[in-house]
Amino acid sequence: MPKSIDREEVQRMVRAGAQLVEVLPSPEYEEDHLPGAIHLALRHIEDQGVEKLDRNRPVIVYCWDTA
Amino acid sequence: MSPRAAWRLESLGFGDVYDYENGKLDWLAAGLPTEGTNASRPRAGDVSRKEVPTCGIKERLRDVANRVRGQGWDAAVVVSGERVVLGLLRSKELSKEPDQPVEAAMRPGPSTFRPFVAIDEMARFMTEHNLESAPITTSDGRLVGLLLRGDVVARPREGC
Repeated sequence: MPKSIDREEVQRMVRAGAQLVEVLPSPEYEEDHLPGAIHLALRHIEDQGVEKLDRNRPVIVYCWDTA
Repeated sequence: MSPRAAWRLESLGFGDVYDYENGKLDWLAAGLPTEGTNASRPRAGDVSRKEVPTCGIKERLRDVANRVRGQGWDAAVVVSGERVVLGLLRSKELSKEPDQPVEAAMRPGPSTFRPFVAIDEMARFMTEHNLESAPITTSDGRLVGLLLRGDVVARPREGC
């Protein structure tokens, strides 16, 4: 079950090597994304997620807010 | 959206998946750096004056006014011990009867803005609402700095 984490935990985990994934549409990612985040639109997770992400490192996904 | 993504990744065999549930809005509101086409555009948090004087709610207005003016300012932000914005002292409030506590003289509950708001947007809003200054805060209300209209609104040169 995916765990919910807050900003401080995100910062700590990224420093430790976690992967950041923004799942918003491309234009929003292009304007602003968290440092080092890769883009993976929700509808492309199946075909792109496997090739873009390292299974051996934690993955943190985010969108705009809690919606 | 991100919970669904997290669940889908887990179902694809990723075993260590987390959801930053407050997301990009929370990150931007904290004034943290980003990458992308907007990253180099100045925002309210970048231009706000971090050195703005602050004071506590129980201080005497006379002491605060003397200190603030001694620092070359005519405004101060009233904050809690955790730097949460409680009020604003502008020139008008700093000139009130000096023997009262700050909490009686301040302008309580001023409108605050998040650090990621674009400068041109702030300039338009401050002009339309005749705001001389605006506190910039994180999403949990902590002071980042004070944005001065003179710093964001282009002023015509004298004599033109």
